[in-house]
Amino acid sequence: MKVKVRYFALFREQAGCASESVDFPGGTARELFQMMTAKHQALNTQAASLVAINDEMSGWESTISENDEVLFFPPVAGG
Amino acid sequence: MKFSVSDTAIDVSAARKAVADKHCGALVVFEGWIRDHNEGQQVERLEYEVYRPVAEKEGARIIDEAFARFAITHALCIHREGLLELGDCAVIVCVSSAHRGAAFDACRYIIDQTKTRLPIWKKEHYVTGISEWVNCEQCATAGDAHGEHRHD
Repeated sequence: MKVKVRYFALFREQAGCASESVDFPGGTARELFQMMTAKHQALNTQAASLVAINDEMSGWESTISENDEVLFFPPVAGG
Repeated sequence: MKFSVSDTAIDVSAARKAVADKHCGALVVFEGWIRDHNEGQQVERLEYEVYRPVAEKEGARIIDEAFARFAITHALCIHREGLLELGDCAVIVCVSSAHRGAAFDACRYIIDQTKTRLPIWKKEHYVTGISEWVNCEQCATAGDAHGEHRHD
């Protein structure tokens, strides 16, 4: 299925791009991120990372649907 | 707007006035400011990246949660984005309530949740010319090898 992936802050620098369209065989947000870390060697999993789907905060075990926009957030540091 | 993101200087006085109320005996304000050091490094300036669509939605949820948990009358939070200099106000939380306990507790709740839940990232620029993302685990664990890991 086609999905759009977006990277922010540290993840954007590691991936070398802000967004990309990918062909995902299906699965969870965690599996999609793992697929992207295999593609971008510099992209590292970080324990406190967050994920959002279609502009809603979500969970790593959420199932991805066709045409979803999946946002990968590295550890946040507001305040 | 109970939670907002601003790309210009925060008007601290206006934020305080926005929650002032004759029915409230307490008004608690937290201001987060840009300091000149962090973890042994001399900070020159700082840059906030904010993903507004989610930050604004989730920020409003945090304020709603504070109203549900504490007996408060008014609450607001404003967070900066963009390049900030030393001494700039990065975030302000203002809460008013009939009595001080609820205002203190709610103010603490809002800033703590804001720091951990919102898609906001902070890049520190040091006097050495190096810059790095705060909370980057690779920076925190790299030790002597840190020079090999750059955030440009």
